[in-house]
Amino acid sequence: MATEPEVAAAVHILLDGRPVEARPGEMIIAAAERAGVYIPRFCYHPRMKPVGMCRMCLVDVKGPRGFALTPACFVAVAEGQEVVTDSPAVKKAQDGVLEFLLVNHPLDCPVCDKGGECPLQDQTLAFGPGESRFVEEKRHWEKPIALSDLVLLDRERCIQCARCTRFADEIAGDPQIDFAERADRIEVATFPGQPFTSYFSGNTVQICPVGALTATPYRFKARPWDLEEVESTCTTCAVGCRMAVQSSGDWLTRYLGVDIDPVNLGWLCDKGRFGFEAIISKERVTAPLIRKAGELVEVSWAEALDSVSSSLKDALRVHGPGSVAVLGGARLTNEDAYAWAKLAKSVLGTDHVDAQLGDGLPAEVVLGLPRATIDDACSAGALVLLAPDVKEELPVLYLRLRAAALDRGLPIIEITPQRTGLSRYAGGTLMYRPGEAAAVARALVSSTAPGADAGGVPAAALSRAWSTLQDTDNVVVVLGRPSLAESSTLVVEAARVLAAGLPGARFLPALRRGNVHGALDMGLAPGILPGRVGLEAGREWYAAAWGSLPATSGLDCQGILSAAAEGKLQNLFLLGADPLSDFPDRDLATRALAGAGQVVAVDTFLSDSSKRANVVLPAAMFAERPGTTTNMEGRVSRLAQKVTPPGAAWPDWMIAAELAFRLDRDLGFSDLAAVWDEIEKLAPSHSGITRDLLASPAGADGVVAPLRAESKETDGEAVRPATLTVGTGTAVEFPALDAYSLRLVSGRTLWDAGVTVTRSPSLKGLAPSLRLRVNPYDLDRLGVTTGDSVRLHAPRRSCVLETVADAGVPRGSASLAFNTPGDGVADLIDATSAVTDVRLENL
Amino acid sequence: MARLSADNVERARAIIGLYPQSRSALIPILHVVQEQDGHLTDEAMQHVAELLGLTAAEVRGTATFYDMLFTEPVGRYLVSVCTNIACLLNGGEQLLEHAESVLDVKPGGRTADGIFTLEEVECIALCGQAPCLAVNWRFRGNVGHDDFDRLIDDLRAGRLDDEIPAHGTLCRVRRSVGLIAAASPAASAASAAPAAAGGAAGTKPGRRRKA
Amino acid sequence: MAVSDAPRIVTARLDHPDSHTLRRFLATGGYDGLRRALSMGPEAVREEVNKASLLGRGGAGFPAGQKWSMLRKAEPVYLVVNGDESEPATFKDHMLIEGDPHQIIEGTLITAFAIGAAQAFIYIRGEFALGLERMTQAVNEAYEHGAAGRDVFGSGWSMDVVVHPGAGAYICGDETGLLESLEGKRGFPRIKPPFFPAVYGLYQAPTVVNNVETMSNIPWIVLNGGDAFTALGDNRSRGTRVFAVSGHVKRPGNYEVEMVKTTFRDLIYAPVYGAGISGDRALKAFIPGGASSYWFGPDRLDMPLDQDEVGKAGTMLGSGSIVAMDETACMVRAAWRLTKFFHAESCGQCTPCREGGGWLEKIMRRIESGQGREADLELLLDVCDNIAPGLTWPPRQTTICPLGPSIPSPIVSAVRMFRDEFLVHIKEGACPYGH
Repeated sequence: MATEPEVAAAVHILLDGRPVEARPGEMIIAAAERAGVYIPRFCYHPRMKPVGMCRMCLVDVKGPRGFALTPACFVAVAEGQEVVTDSPAVKKAQDGVLEFLLVNHPLDCPVCDKGGECPLQDQTLAFGPGESRFVEEKRHWEKPIALSDLVLLDRERCIQCARCTRFADEIAGDPQIDFAERADRIEVATFPGQPFTSYFSGNTVQICPVGALTATPYRFKARPWDLEEVESTCTTCAVGCRMAVQSSGDWLTRYLGVDIDPVNLGWLCDKGRFGFEAIISKERVTAPLIRKAGELVEVSWAEALDSVSSSLKDALRVHGPGSVAVLGGARLTNEDAYAWAKLAKSVLGTDHVDAQLGDGLPAEVVLGLPRATIDDACSAGALVLLAPDVKEELPVLYLRLRAAALDRGLPIIEITPQRTGLSRYAGGTLMYRPGEAAAVARALVSSTAPGADAGGVPAAALSRAWSTLQDTDNVVVVLGRPSLAESSTLVVEAARVLAAGLPGARFLPALRRGNVHGALDMGLAPGILPGRVGLEAGREWYAAAWGSLPATSGLDCQGILSAAAEGKLQNLFLLGADPLSDFPDRDLATRALAGAGQVVAVDTFLSDSSKRANVVLPAAMFAERPGTTTNMEGRVSRLAQKVTPPGAAWPDWMIAAELAFRLDRDLGFSDLAAVWDEIEKLAPSHSGITRDLLASPAGADGVVAPLRAESKETDGEAVRPATLTVGTGTAVEFPALDAYSLRLVSGRTLWDAGVTVTRSPSLKGLAPSLRLRVNPYDLDRLGVTTGDSVRLHAPRRSCVLETVADAGVPRGSASLAFNTPGDGVADLIDATSAVTDVRLENL
Repeated sequence: MARLSADNVERARAIIGLYPQSRSALIPILHVVQEQDGHLTDEAMQHVAELLGLTAAEVRGTATFYDMLFTEPVGRYLVSVCTNIACLLNGGEQLLEHAESVLDVKPGGRTADGIFTLEEVECIALCGQAPCLAVNWRFRGNVGHDDFDRLIDDLRAGRLDDEIPAHGTLCRVRRSVGLIAAASPAASAASAAPAAAGGAAGTKPGRRRKA
Repeated sequence: MAVSDAPRIVTARLDHPDSHTLRRFLATGGYDGLRRALSMGPEAVREEVNKASLLGRGGAGFPAGQKWSMLRKAEPVYLVVNGDESEPATFKDHMLIEGDPHQIIEGTLITAFAIGAAQAFIYIRGEFALGLERMTQAVNEAYEHGAAGRDVFGSGWSMDVVVHPGAGAYICGDETGLLESLEGKRGFPRIKPPFFPAVYGLYQAPTVVNNVETMSNIPWIVLNGGDAFTALGDNRSRGTRVFAVSGHVKRPGNYEVEMVKTTFRDLIYAPVYGAGISGDRALKAFIPGGASSYWFGPDRLDMPLDQDEVGKAGTMLGSGSIVAMDETACMVRAAWRLTKFFHAESCGQCTPCREGGGWLEKIMRRIESGQGREADLELLLDVCDNIAPGLTWPPRQTTICPLGPSIPSPIVSAVRMFRDEFLVHIKEGACPYGH
């Protein structure tokens, strides 16, 4: 129930003598553009506050003393306003500004990355004088300087429009670049030794109206006129930003953000923007591999598939469907995920299927809670975050929430074990003792103002947050795993409390991986069938369509790994899953891979896990195959293929179809369109989301599932699963923290040891090394200061780590980032323990 | 010479206390930094950024807008010779040339002994006594070439130490009181920024939930 | 030559060598105006100032009383006093700040009382080291004396005054550039509308920005009444004003004279003022109102110091500074030097000012050094026209603030009035004045 903006009466202006209807409050430049009159501009950007600096958009606006030159980007329309954009006076002023911009411009267009798509070049071509009247020496600057590892600045080309500095400050909240100096010595500058490390720095390159800012991954790679482009949806994380994918021939060169209202407003994070380097990596798996004499060697698809299918047949015959499991699937398209779900649950007959790697939340919670969109979250009366640091894991969602907090005062209440990127903008950051989120949740939804501390959070802070929630019945909860070092059951417990105590609250699930939501929707989870249907609820419907189904609900990731470790699994499929890197308990993951009979990795790279597989099947990845993807809102949008997959890599759905064929079954589709048509027909939540709808203008921003067309309920063919039953839940027991221990917290950082970062040459150096962050008070107690090393003792093992004093970690906790290069926190966590307590020893 | 001394942190805090919004204290605090170190070191700018909740890039970006704030070392004496219109008409350019030859530096440069930095300055509002100059912003009018030579000698000999402190010390009188009039004015004055400064997008207060 | 016997309103105390001290201030009627104002009430004070037709003494010449009445109805209200005097050849505020800081503080307190300010700031040009010391000392004394702080003179009214140092940037003399600077930012002027200080000023709150000389007049107006002030001068230009006279005059200095009743000739030639041109040479041209104003030739000497009449003649009284240039002055060099100033002081925001200033400076330097071309003269005028379309008065502008259209003033003045001198530079390939 996104609230409709109030429709205000139109404002009537006279534009070049023509009556034009404008929207109240909009700037002349925007009203004119919608009326078909393009007023030239450089500093104006529709997603940022105007500054009126470049003076290119000067038009004549009639005031009390006659017409006056006025920046069209800075003056709002007014009833009866007369605007002239084409008079000789306007033309001369604009020509003059253009000439001024060019006097010190190097005019090095032939070697400039922006050449061919440069507003300054275009304006000059369209309106500029044929020759220069400027005969003086131009201003010179040292050619390009690095603002960061990713962004370079050529100050000779800069026209001081402040788009980049405004973006950094206003949109990203990272004012690490600012103007320095004055007059025509003015320059965009970082502070010495403090590079522009904003996660969003690439946006400044995209919005730079000249070639002043360039990105190292694209620099000198192509000329704009050689580029072809398709529109697609980023699958680096679950926000699902719309983007343009560009290639030069069959070579990916660049992504650009595409502005859609409901999701990314044109912005991308740097991981999404520059991650194309991983796709074109030379390290890709390009042929099927089979382990022979201990080594993975290239084989034909036929040999690889025969090997896998014969192993499967043996397993099924001897050990039954329960001996087969499928892990992963968030990398897949919706169609891929559906095909694999059908293969697993119908052909193989196993429900041991999980797209998540023990680092998310149970599928029935994600799918069962009433869902919110990003717009719902931004326009909520109050937003509760029981989630990881969205700046690190879902960066563009962070931009949206930050903007909502700053622009419209969205009250944000964080329930978090440590300070996050959003804490600066949150009305309340309730830092709970790891494991005790549910206690905080109970206090927030209690019928009277909390009078006592709960979960380590002071009563006063709880009480303020409680009051905020009292003020509204429009609450959205962003729900994910605040820390991987506490059991998901603890978060589920807290979520149940919130769902029960905040009737009408909607949930935006903050699971991170690209298409994890699509994978869950398509049934890649235990006990779930495509279309958000429970196994039992959908049994009749799917049995009719698919034939056989698993007899009972299967194991989740942790259960699958445990079964494998115990030697109970004959066949373990890893669909782009790397449990050695991503499962919070590396010991269990290691034992699982060792204990599984045959491990088949369907992967794009040889990850730590797929390196240990018996068979590796090369898969196509983003931009190499079409399909659809689903973001955290449940928004289904189209993916586009721009380049061909490398070598013999196949789309995942084809691999599933081929395997089914070799098991003497037909999945029932021979092309991608047929897969989607079957999803639309069978999956209740996706009913009505036709290919035609997705391809139509109405589907341009994606379509949020379900459509909520009333016709669905009357079909009577399928029953949507009941939403999560909200009860008090079972309180999870764990020992109290003793005075000498610290309780472990672990969240992910944007730059990590994952595939996108480690396989992108420009990004792989950005991952920070692992350091132990501890509250200064606790560090003092130990007699340790920032930079010192300590020995950390966990129940499982001990290790030596460098420390950092960080007041953003509450007393009594110790924070380690997850999946950093080298050994890490997964070595310390025991998946069977609710929390992990550690002791520090001063070396 | 690095971060602000404990005493100067106290001064900075007192200055911050004079303004409804802390960033207003930036330039006064940067003068304190120059008083401490003669110029703005990177460490001090970072420290100021911490004190005011800004990034170091914002501090440096603002500082470099202003001519009196130096991010590079300056001599003990900053000699600023005016050549703007009134001085131009009365020998200001010749005085600057003379200063260049006496000190053996070009404008913007520092003498070999590091004592003097010479700069050509825009009008310093002493036009009734053109040509004029300033040493660490202590003004001298009707400066003949002999006067200049004598001034330099006096400075070298330390004869003007009482009148002209080392570069960076601007105002030797300290404010004796904080804000005492009343409760300080609301810091949230940005009550109604105009549309051009970023419109509020449809804020709507939520309905109060029935208890 | 008529030298009026009008009282000196703001400079009278300066005859005393200790004019800056509280002792001298109190001995000469100091803070009586504030006491009077407190007894009158804010409305009555506003009325007297309105009656006085006190045109702002900073440069724009906007009536102070009117400025006070335009405040947006919102809390809090701030008062900011502009002591960032930086206009070339202007040195009156410098003198008032060093010489009579208490008078400024008294005017500031009265104004703060009249407009209901929450706090007052006195922004002093950073280079005025002595001025900052004197003003800070005076503010400290004002608090001790009970004139500032809590419960001023037992009236129940309280006010804090904060002295704020600038750090060297001409553009901060512009009221909106000054507010940005006072907020701790780069002094980028704001766009008006909507950012008129009275509407969205300091911290976006309604704000009055007044010049220090304007403030210095307030105690006298309150004590003597608005009518006494309007009895001096004529037309809209009432009272006295301090004019800074410099350049090629025998007695350069600041002179407080009665408006309208005094002429440019009086200021430049009267024995008690400029006392004539140095060496009794011929006057070639003079700048009537600071570097930003268009120049006058000797034919305008008899024009009265009337803001509106000077405006009608195509220039301005501006900051009240008059620079006399005699026959030995090279007009190309003079105009170049001022262009160089504006170029260096551009804040860098607007393209025409940032880039145009540098371009014009380079052309002017080239001509002055003998490398000019005849076509440069038309080029100069056309580039100027792209900054200040029409080269009219009052100027139109393609920039946010008036610094842009100030750049053309000296260039256009020199080219229009002394075209031949430019041509000599160009034809002889050198400056005929030996530069």
